[in-house]
Amino acid sequence: MSKKTISFPHMGNYSIPVEYLLHHIVDANILIAPKISSRTIELGTKYSPEFVCTPFKYTLGTFIEALDMKADILIQAGGGCRYGYYSELQNQILEDLGYQFTYINLISQGKTDICKIYREFKKIDSHFHIIKALYYLFVTSKMVKYMDHVDDYIRMNIGFEIKKDSFIHANQLMLEDFKKAKGFFHLRHMYLKHFRKIKKIPIEKPSNCFKIGVIGELYTLMEPFANYDLEMILAKYGIEVKRYTNAHYLLFEKKKEVKKYLKYAREYIQYRMGADAADNIGRTKYLCTHDYDGIIHIKSSFCTPEIGAMPIINKICNQYDVPVLFFSFDANTSKVGIETRLEAFYDMIEMRRKK
Amino acid sequence: MKPCYLGIDIGSISTKGVILDENNEIIRSLYIWTEGNPIEAVRNLLDGLKDDLPDCYEIKGIGTTGSARKLIGLMVDANIVKNEITAHAIGTLSTYPDVHTILEIGGQDSKIILLENGIITDYSMNTLCAAGTGSFLSSQAKRLGIPIEEFGSMALESQNPVKIAARCTVFAESDLIHKAQLGYEKKDIVAGLCKSIVLNYLNNVGKGKKIKGPIVFQGGVSKNKGVVKYFEEVLGEKVIVDPNSHLMGAIGIAILAHNNAVGKTYQLNIRDISFETKGMECNRCSNHCELLKIYKDQKLVDSWGSKCGKF
Repeated sequence: MSKKTISFPHMGNYSIPVEYLLHHIVDANILIAPKISSRTIELGTKYSPEFVCTPFKYTLGTFIEALDMKADILIQAGGGCRYGYYSELQNQILEDLGYQFTYINLISQGKTDICKIYREFKKIDSHFHIIKALYYLFVTSKMVKYMDHVDDYIRMNIGFEIKKDSFIHANQLMLEDFKKAKGFFHLRHMYLKHFRKIKKIPIEKPSNCFKIGVIGELYTLMEPFANYDLEMILAKYGIEVKRYTNAHYLLFEKKKEVKKYLKYAREYIQYRMGADAADNIGRTKYLCTHDYDGIIHIKSSFCTPEIGAMPIINKICNQYDVPVLFFSFDANTSKVGIETRLEAFYDMIEMRRKK
Repeated sequence: MKPCYLGIDIGSISTKGVILDENNEIIRSLYIWTEGNPIEAVRNLLDGLKDDLPDCYEIKGIGTTGSARKLIGLMVDANIVKNEITAHAIGTLSTYPDVHTILEIGGQDSKIILLENGIITDYSMNTLCAAGTGSFLSSQAKRLGIPIEEFGSMALESQNPVKIAARCTVFAESDLIHKAQLGYEKKDIVAGLCKSIVLNYLNNVGKGKKIKGPIVFQGGVSKNKGVVKYFEEVLGEKVIVDPNSHLMGAIGIAILAHNNAVGKTYQLNIRDISFETKGMECNRCSNHCELLKIYKDQKLVDSWGSKCGKF
């Protein structure tokens, strides 16, 4: 039997840990689908229901590109909103298109069925070993944690770098090294080494720089292509960006944190509204009370939980008199429009500061 | 020679230019149609402004705003290029320092700007569609065979405006045809359209915004008396329309050009300078960026649209 080829959707730089994990636990070819491009979204839009949220279109487009490159196993997860139905729907759409493949759904109906996933992987590779898999799952989780930690630091400082692109470059070097990690201690060693280097990158940061919190729907936040490089545009204005949502948060902290947020913002929200809505409302209150100059809320069009959260976020911001900017990104949003609004937003927070 | 400052606001439908003196008083202003060609429109605009500018003035600053601000900024070598939200706010504040709400409806977009003590505190801009903007009004005026200039006064004559589904232009248009075929009077339909613009604006751009007076209404649509009347009716508050309401963006950017002057003197003879743009699709990677290369006097001065930064 020939080796199988596994592929999975893209989101930011997270293809690196996913590839790392798969590479170490199954004996199969790992296909990294082409980075998201206009072709991806064109393909995705063409075969998606029109009013589905945009991450569906991005991931479907990536799957089609991967299948065209002879992938035969696709991996998808699910979440607490429409994301929970992605797998079933995408599987059906791709089958209708005539592709031959196996679809592995890591989270079906909100639950992870470990036995089922074990059986699926055993089918791909009869030598699949659960203990080894658990070990590398642990290493990968640490890798995600380190990546996110470094990202947080970069986001706070990239707007103030003296030499252009030095942060991006250093981060890329780190990610390249992460791919070669032999085990946990090796990974940690490389993380410490690179993070030390990144911290040494010279910056010119005024102590009273502008600070903006970016909140919203998870995929749009984490995939720069989907948010039209919003964070980079903000960096060009010399703004420190705070973003809470990252893979580590979603995978390991969310369960605990969301309870805290519900308690913290209990005058605004009493129960969870699906996906990250409750988290974002809690964060809004935090940002409003902690000297942030503004909040940018981004989501993909038709993201229902965030639509529910928006009026509440608006209300909190009105109460604390903190400006908030809402963006809804679709497959064909004009970048010029985004730049105009961001420029006006920057002008506004600058004027408010001068007062 | 006395210094003066030029502000150009290049919108989707019209191009506006004003020249301000040192005290921010208007010396000359001009309003022409863009007709889909911002470069040619600005050439005509500058020709018009140059011709009747008294000889004792020299231009010490140029600012551009509006949707073609970047392109025209390059062409005229502007010392400031700013978004229309800031420009409108600055322009309005120069005439109404205590303004609280600016309603603006232009050709392709509409926005609301809220201010407090002369500072922008909140704003929003229409996102997805052109429902409730000037271009929709003018296309419907054409359909009904009414000159757009008479549209507003005709709406004022109506006693009972028809209800028109305002959510979306496509629905609005089919609803409008339907009402016309049912035999409603033209003036009632026109009034209904004006009202639908107001309701659409308030439900879309103005959603969740605290609108309090003084309210200033501007942009091309503010010249339409029918829309003004329905704004006052729905908001229950007086809506101020400045005689220069269509020029506010240009005035604002001229003031900004004044404040950011670099001490250079500008000439308005751009007729002689060739200015070309070339569009192409880059096929180097899967992004297929649509590139726009800009040539001034046959020299490449800038190119836009590249995602990787190669160009």
